[in-house]
Amino acid sequence: MNSSLILIIITTALVDNVVLSQFLGICSFLGVSKQVKTSASLGAAVIFVMTIASAVANLLYTYILEPLNLTYLNTIVFILVIATLVQIVEMFLKKAAPPLYQALGIYLPLITTNCAVLGVALTNVQDGYGFIESVVAGFGTAVGYTIAIVLLAGIRERIDESAVPAPFRGAPVVLLSAALMSIAFMGFSGLSF
Amino acid sequence: MNPYLERIYNGIVKENPCLVLMLGMCPTLAVTTSAINGLGMGVSTMIVLIFSNLIISAMRNVIPDQVRLPAYIVITASLVTIVDLLMQAYTPGLYDSLGIYIPLIVVNCIILGRAEAYANRHTPDLAAFDGIGMGLGFTIALTVIGLLREFFGAGTVFNITVIPDSIPPVAIFVKAPGAFLVIAFIIAIMNAVHIHTEANKKVEGCDGCCATCQISHGSSAAADDTDKITKEEATKA
Repeated sequence: MNSSLILIIITTALVDNVVLSQFLGICSFLGVSKQVKTSASLGAAVIFVMTIASAVANLLYTYILEPLNLTYLNTIVFILVIATLVQIVEMFLKKAAPPLYQALGIYLPLITTNCAVLGVALTNVQDGYGFIESVVAGFGTAVGYTIAIVLLAGIRERIDESAVPAPFRGAPVVLLSAALMSIAFMGFSGLSF
Repeated sequence: MNPYLERIYNGIVKENPCLVLMLGMCPTLAVTTSAINGLGMGVSTMIVLIFSNLIISAMRNVIPDQVRLPAYIVITASLVTIVDLLMQAYTPGLYDSLGIYIPLIVVNCIILGRAEAYANRHTPDLAAFDGIGMGLGFTIALTVIGLLREFFGAGTVFNITVIPDSIPPVAIFVKAPGAFLVIAFIIAIMNAVHIHTEANKKVEGCDGCCATCQISHGSSAAADDTDKITKEEATKA
């Protein structure tokens, strides 16, 4: 049991990295990766929300949607749950942990539109994960997201100081860096247990 | 130009959602392993976009401003569920290969972006044409990217073999890194063309006195407010 949970973490965080091999959450990956510090805050917010969202989505699916035969409504239900959840988490943190709230800042509400969160909730259902497995998968995916975005931010801080050919300035050079990172992450797919 | 045609031109060329505004990158990168997947994704997004624009625009005076975003999300999610069920029934092959990216059309930034930037302040007919234009722009971009990746990565075009088996295809183009590579080069080529035409313009009618110059270089100076809002959306997302 324990080894299979570790396997889920490694698979979701590294082998099937959510950004570099599944292409979820690309918008924030490209948009909020200018500085290591801000991208680390975003990563923390994503870990927080994605873990809770996977847990809640799983409970809703098993105890409400499945018994009522409403599984075809899962897209609508999940997106509403995630949007509400982000609001609640935001209000809770504002009261309970102001320093953390300050650190996460505007990134918290933006997570609603991060397709990685909805994506994880839906893949968990597709893979037939139980409650604990879903939570672990959500956590692992978010860790993978954080690893990817912090690494890209580090690369972009270096790129800022180098001479990039004019047509490649801006988006293209970032996409090229992401391509190279993606090649590096493909190496993990050789891992076997 | 006719305002309806102008909308379509705007969506395909001037404000192409994928290549200019950089919206909706997740499906752009993920499903373009072949031209047919790109086309399928583009068309299903276009259908959702046309109807979401139409409904949101028709209800723009009914939806209170404070709860507009949840309202838009519910409208989009309902439309996506309909498309999802229809595709499951009528195009099972495509449904399997697009997989999780069909329900994820809900969180495609293009749809919320157009609702915010265009549909909620224009009449339903114009909004629908905006949806057609943006949808076509998205579909064309996705199909072209898919075509290139399929051609280089598998040696086929729309599943028809064009490169003989004796020349091995460059498999990396259909794998994850290929998506980033192809889009990076497409945007770089577009930038290069843009820089080239800008440079030509300068030689023709301008001697560097930009402060007093009345000719706007490209249309960037005269960007209208819709344009700005969409760009804000893009940076936010």
